[in-house]
Amino acid sequence: MEAPAVAPAPEALPKVRTDLLPLLLVPLLALAAAPLVGSFPTWVTLTVAGIAMGLIIFIIASGLTLVFGLMDVLNFGHGVFIALGAFLATTVLGGMADWTASQSLAANLAAIFAAMAVAMAVAGAVGMAFERVIIRPVYGQHLKQILITMGGMIVGEELIKVIWGPQAIPLPLPAALRGAILIGDAAVEKYRIVAVVIGLAVFAAIFWVLSRTKAGLLIRAGVQDREMVEALGYRIRRLFVGVFVAGSALAGLGGVMWGLYQQSVIPQIGAQVNILIFIVIIIGGLGSAGGSFVGALLVGLLANYAGFLAPKVALFSNILLMVLVLLWRPQGLYPVAKR
Amino acid sequence: MLSALLSHDRPASRLLAALLVAIVVGLAFAPFLFPGAKSLSVAAKILVFIVLVASYDLLLGYTGIVSFAHTMFFGIGAYGVAIALARLGPGWGAVALGVALALALSLVLSFVIGLFSLRVRAIFYAMITLAVAAAFQTLASQLSDLTGGEDGLSFKVPEALTPGFSLADAPFLGVSLDGRLLSYYLLFFAAAALFLVMLRIVNSPFGRVLQAIRENDFRAEALGYRTVVYRTLSNVLGAGFATLAGALLALWLRYNGPDTSLSFEIMLDILLMVVIGGMGTMYGAVVGATLFILAQSYLQDLMRIAGAALGDLPAAGGFLAALLSPDRWLLWLGVLFVLSVYYFPAGIVGRLRARAAAAKP
Repeated sequence: MEAPAVAPAPEALPKVRTDLLPLLLVPLLALAAAPLVGSFPTWVTLTVAGIAMGLIIFIIASGLTLVFGLMDVLNFGHGVFIALGAFLATTVLGGMADWTASQSLAANLAAIFAAMAVAMAVAGAVGMAFERVIIRPVYGQHLKQILITMGGMIVGEELIKVIWGPQAIPLPLPAALRGAILIGDAAVEKYRIVAVVIGLAVFAAIFWVLSRTKAGLLIRAGVQDREMVEALGYRIRRLFVGVFVAGSALAGLGGVMWGLYQQSVIPQIGAQVNILIFIVIIIGGLGSAGGSFVGALLVGLLANYAGFLAPKVALFSNILLMVLVLLWRPQGLYPVAKR
Repeated sequence: MLSALLSHDRPASRLLAALLVAIVVGLAFAPFLFPGAKSLSVAAKILVFIVLVASYDLLLGYTGIVSFAHTMFFGIGAYGVAIALARLGPGWGAVALGVALALALSLVLSFVIGLFSLRVRAIFYAMITLAVAAAFQTLASQLSDLTGGEDGLSFKVPEALTPGFSLADAPFLGVSLDGRLLSYYLLFFAAAALFLVMLRIVNSPFGRVLQAIRENDFRAEALGYRTVVYRTLSNVLGAGFATLAGALLALWLRYNGPDTSLSFEIMLDILLMVVIGGMGTMYGAVVGATLFILAQSYLQDLMRIAGAALGDLPAAGGFLAALLSPDRWLLWLGVLFVLSVYYFPAGIVGRLRARAAAAKP
């Protein structure tokens, strides 16, 4: 008689293979554009501009995609927070005119950071109210959610018009950040470098929170399987409110950066950027923060290359990119499980 | 006979039936009941929007798809007629050609968009249509050689529809029988026919499948219906009817520009009309469009008066005046929209029908 078979010692879980293919698309796109653009300095300028734009878009999109992944809530009103951030920046930077006019870089950056802090705080607070009033009553009802958040977007945009007026407001860059510096022959605008640095810092922070903290672990787990996380005793609602507020605050931050990038702010800015954001999160795979990072960089780079090479096509370049990506991977670059 | 004409989809509420009869009679005899250029324009706008809103309800109310590109198809129809008439000169052939080309473009476009986005998730569709509609709007203002850009296109309609054309010298019941009257009745009968066709579609077995998909797409799929095919078809149908509504609008206005047929505000108006009237019933489109356009045409004047009166007050009055100024019309629409989705999801028709059903033992 044989002894009952001893269960084999549990093997270590097979390591999840990181899927690097989509990530490779970004340098691939940049390299493919190089011969088309022709001159190397122009290519550098365009690439830096594209990365800066992509990172700003990523800052805005990351919150939206996580909110969707966590609670299946698609917030069409996300654009309100972008517009709110941008308009708050006009007020704050307008109020700190002495700081922005001075040639000292430190004073300039302090002014910008002050604007960002105010924008994030206010957008986060408004986001909390938005979640409570607009979104909570319609959890789990997609149709109503789309309609309600769209309604919230319109009301928000109109309220911004009531407060700041319907016209465009100029948002000039602080004195020391204007103009470009020359790297070799390539002219790179100073503000774009600042945007890239801030964007990378935010990306690193988001990445760190998601992969190294308990809250991040819960968020990722919740995106994968909400019910299981709830069954383990965590209050996913509370986590969701936290992510929603953080996402709104990031949209406010992105709004400040986008406004400075465009150097003028109109109330429709939210709706305009919203469309870009939607394309980005569809490309990236709804719910995936990493996917939205790749998607944002692709959209930013392509917008700049296309704008230079064929301005008429630039309008459709994003939609074309989305179509191509969806043909390749119908669920987006990084499909989230169960979705 | 009447029941067959309505595809056996009766109003099912006396009050609703009375309301509908009043609207139909009012629209049928509008030139005689409410003489005047403005009221006739309002009536014509109501006719066009009844078709447009009903076609949107086919998507939103019956199939449960949210599209933000409906004004794009509306605009394609209007631009089709406008461009054909502006290029080829006034003539019925040009109208037919414009409508045919616009219809073809809409059908192909809606088919492609539908096939792409409805395959994955219905929620994709809302986002993708938003992006496509925005790109199309920019395109329409960029191609100014063809579309007249932001200024739009003014054009001449076939002679029988111009105010100069007269059927009889003597006025009939105090209304001169001119081309305007003729075009109004062209609109009226076209809108009525299109509406009845849509009523037929939603009450056919095909329409039942659409409603099944709306209620539970998984179960519909399990029953053996290919939901992608039905969703795409519903999308194509909705786009086609919207295009025809756009063509009617262009014929009536003798002008088309981005603001009259393409703008996002119109999309919001349509959404509001569907929600107010009642999602998932064709009669909701009639009631919603009529009430909304009446309010839009006459309430904005009231807001202007209120805003001006409050503007005289100091301090707090200034903010209130800014809230009430006619420019902030959209703000109140948005608030109304949110409130009606929350508290009034069945709309007027749904409420009336529920009341009638509750009254029966």
